[in-house]
Order: sequence, then structure tokens, then C-alpha cells
Amino acid sequence: MLELPQTMVDQVVAHARRDHPDECCGVIAGKDGAATRLFEMQNAERSPTGFVFDSAEWLQVYRAIDDADEDLLVVYHSHTMTEAYPSRTDVRWSVNTPGTSWVLVSTRSDDVEIRSYRIEDGVVAEEELRVTP
Amino acid sequence: MAIEVRIPTILRTYTGGEKAVEGVGDTLTALLDDLDSRHSGLRGRLITEEGNLHRFVNVYVNDEDVRFLGGLETKLADGDSVTVLPAVAGGSL
Repeated sequence: MLELPQTMVDQVVAHARRDHPDECCGVIAGKDGAATRLFEMQNAERSPTGFVFDSAEWLQVYRAIDDADEDLLVVYHSHTMTEAYPSRTDVRWSVNTPGTSWVLVSTRSDDVEIRSYRIEDGVVAEEELRVTP
Repeated sequence: MAIEVRIPTILRTYTGGEKAVEGVGDTLTALLDDLDSRHSGLRGRLITEEGNLHRFVNVYVNDEDVRFLGGLETKLADGDSVTVLPAVAGGSL
């Protein structure tokens, strides 16, 4: 189960809408499983079918999280033409972020869909995304 | 010539849990060879069998991505700092 405050969910959705038709990406830091900060990242690929964290920006964000003794709670990104479900590419890359929830947003229709997953050893498991006030 | 190398969580299994290790070498390749002599397997996580930098990792020298410097042949000097991070990517295909 992943718990996120409404403000962060709204921010992820707004980011996805703003970057549409390209995919958006970002991270949420946490402490003891509780979300603390959201970082909107640049998609270095600027692509409608993929994302890559900008390497210089990722170094700054990783340090900020590490220096504050926080963890990488969430990696989020959007799919702009398909459902909010991890692709094979997502599964392959997720090995780099063990223990992290992958939150996917789909902007293919006006009804934005947002879901959360754990991906371990190539197996995708959806988890409950609980939104707190 | 000592160079500090910061290791991300997912690769600390190769460093006995250490966040940072020290190595020597006048290029990134030489440094990684040196590190692998004490932290066996680490090099293989950073370099492909073809001898290129693995696209699953980012390596920075003094906070500059080595892909924008000289890649594995990037020159190193005493006191430089090297940071390794997992790359993060994905997509809908």
C-alpha cells in the first residue's frame, strides 16, 4: 500500500497533463514510508513513448534525498497513449530502484488514471494507492 | 593518488555496505580495474561485455556525467570525486 497526500497526487496529475503528449517523470522522497517531498524531473528524452531522468538533475535530487536521510519512495511517470500499467521497458528498468513504488499516470483520455505498482524480479504487482487529505 | 568513489545503495553489496570507497587510477577505466581488485564484481555492473559504460548506470566525475566528458577514458586526478548512480528510465513501449 502506498499513501500519498492529495496535494502530491494532484501535482503528479498536473505534471502529466502539462507535459502531454510527452511522458513526464519525477520522484517522491519519503521517510519511514511517509511521503515527504516531490521532485518534478525533466524527461531528457522528451518523448511520447519513453522517459530518462536528466543525469545532472538526478544527481542533485539523489543527493538532496540522501543528505536528508530520506528514501526514494516513488518513481512516477506518465503514459500518454496507453493505460497506467508498467510496460516491459518499465519492468526492465525497475531493477534499479528496488523497494520503490512505481506510480503510473495515463493521460490518454480526459479521465486521468493513476495507479501504483511494486515490481520485484520482473513481477508486477499493483498496490493500493491511498490518498490522504 | 586516491579518488573517492560514492556508491549507490543497490551496489553496496559489492562494497561490504560502504557508501564510499577509495581507489587509484589516472583514467576511469584504470580506477574501475583497481576497485574491482578489492570489490569483485563491481566493474561488471558498470561496464558491458563489449567494454562500454552500461546504460543502466550514470557515472559522474566531479558531478559531471562522464558521457559528456571522455567516457571510460575520462582523465582523473588526485582528489577527484566519482559518483555512481543507477539511471532511471522507462516508457510505454
